[in-house]
Amino acid sequence: MQFGIFTVGDVTTDPTNGSTPTEHQRIKNILTIAQKVEEVGMDVFALGEHHNPPFIPSSPTTMLGYIAAKTEKLLLSTATTLITTNDPVKIAEDYAMLQHVADGRVDLMMGRGNTGPVYPWFGKDIREGIPLAIENYALLQRLWKEDVVDWSGKFRTPLQGFTSTPRPLDGVAPFVWHGSIRTPEIAEQAAFYGDGFFANNIFWPKEHYMRLIGYYRQRFEHYGHGTASQAIVGLGGQAFMRKNSQDAVNEFRPYFDNAPVYGHGPTLEEFAEQTPLTVGSPQQVIDRYASMREYFGDYQRQLFLMDHAGLPLTTVLEQIDILGEEVVPVLRKEFAKNRPADVPAGPTHESLVAARDASLLAADLIKAEVK
Amino acid sequence: MTTRRIAVLSAGLSQPSSTRLLADRLAQATLDRLAHDGIETTVDTVELRDLAHDVTNNLLTGFASPRLEAIVERVTSADGLIAVTPIYTTSYSGLFKSFVDVLDPQAITGLPVLIGATGGSERHSLALDYAMRPLFSYLHAVVVPTGVYAASGDWGTGADASASALPDRIERAAGELAALVRHSDRSEIVRDPFALPAGFSPVGAFGAQ
Repeated sequence: MQFGIFTVGDVTTDPTNGSTPTEHQRIKNILTIAQKVEEVGMDVFALGEHHNPPFIPSSPTTMLGYIAAKTEKLLLSTATTLITTNDPVKIAEDYAMLQHVADGRVDLMMGRGNTGPVYPWFGKDIREGIPLAIENYALLQRLWKEDVVDWSGKFRTPLQGFTSTPRPLDGVAPFVWHGSIRTPEIAEQAAFYGDGFFANNIFWPKEHYMRLIGYYRQRFEHYGHGTASQAIVGLGGQAFMRKNSQDAVNEFRPYFDNAPVYGHGPTLEEFAEQTPLTVGSPQQVIDRYASMREYFGDYQRQLFLMDHAGLPLTTVLEQIDILGEEVVPVLRKEFAKNRPADVPAGPTHESLVAARDASLLAADLIKAEVK
Repeated sequence: MTTRRIAVLSAGLSQPSSTRLLADRLAQATLDRLAHDGIETTVDTVELRDLAHDVTNNLLTGFASPRLEAIVERVTSADGLIAVTPIYTTSYSGLFKSFVDVLDPQAITGLPVLIGATGGSERHSLALDYAMRPLFSYLHAVVVPTGVYAASGDWGTGADASASALPDRIERAAGELAALVRHSDRSEIVRDPFALPAGFSPVGAFGAQ
């Protein structure tokens, strides 16, 4: 089971004192937060990608490359990489490069992006979001798996004799997750490729995501990648903790009430009841998230959103400390209890290389038997 | 016995409201028509006033509270809808439109709808045809030809006063709606939220190779 932090990278005014970090401060803060994730013993840091203010991560591999150099074990990921408006050739190159730089500590999460104007800014049409995600991803996989690619499709210039460099580390492409809030086509795509499926699990009631993940698991089995319970599932989550739960509520409320995404809408109490947001003591967060497997099945990755809505850096770092020291160790034990042996652990470069070698060996054995 | 289910939306803000009064009249007239044809019909009446916070929260967060979700499900899967709004500033009320805005744009395709409206004077009666009717046409609902507008004065006009008195209009509209509800199977359809579009391929459908 992998635990980590994901960030959208918003620059938001702290509603308690009116101060707004500069872009430079926010970028540096995110780099600090990522290193903290490793320091407290968590496994994954995932960065969003945006091309419009108030978000800063327009160039994720630049930031992840820096974090790679500053960390030893941390897995670097995205949340999400825009498979619609980015050129799949550039994604193939950028993330294969990052994979080498980070010695394999890289995976990605594909997303479509829901900001209307970003599509035309990059020469695309949001109404073609799903066809773009399908075609671009099919090309991306070929660019990683085949040394020389001839390709033509609807959305980009054809390729003749193209080799994407560098080739993926050890000949194994980075693992890919697909993130979607409501689109069965994307769950279907993830299942078809045997890729992971990530439910952001933040903005909607969990019942909604349970149905979507149930569908993905079923289709994963249909496409022959294993049983439904072996499908690779990731979940988002959101928490704010203090030793006394009322302190957590009091401190978090102004950030919640003014948050760009859900502020000025439901009360904190309503939102915490209807979504996995948990504001309270570390034990309350443990209880809430330990129960997730009952709803979603045993899963592979749990990411928390911690640094948005204008929360100051010191608070975010304290939260990650609490998460890493008090919550995650208990959750690791809880998730390990009665976990069936055939449910895979969270995917890593090493596990992908081992799986590839095992399948090559099996193929050799079959060949030898045929002879 | 054949059964059908209709939903009634009333967007009146005062309590009691003449909008609800009109909605109830339209519902009863429709039930009577269907009962006459041997069709037992159940009714879910929704006072949007009670849902105002949930609707606003849905607009802000993008998801419906469990309570609102249950009501949206009942409304969109009904065999017929009676939608009645007060006319404010030449159009349907903001709350009424907000509720329609949180529906999935495909959710009421083919739904038989009777539109009704209330107002202080007859001068706004055309709002039914320039605001309400296009709204439901856009959503591919089937709007019956007769919309019923009730001005304050209508509540004091008898059925015998003229051929177009309120009770007559209610009867005519209810008859049109009942005829469509009678043949609807919408409330019995099992919807698959994961149905993929026809021809969808997870590797692409544009000859990419």
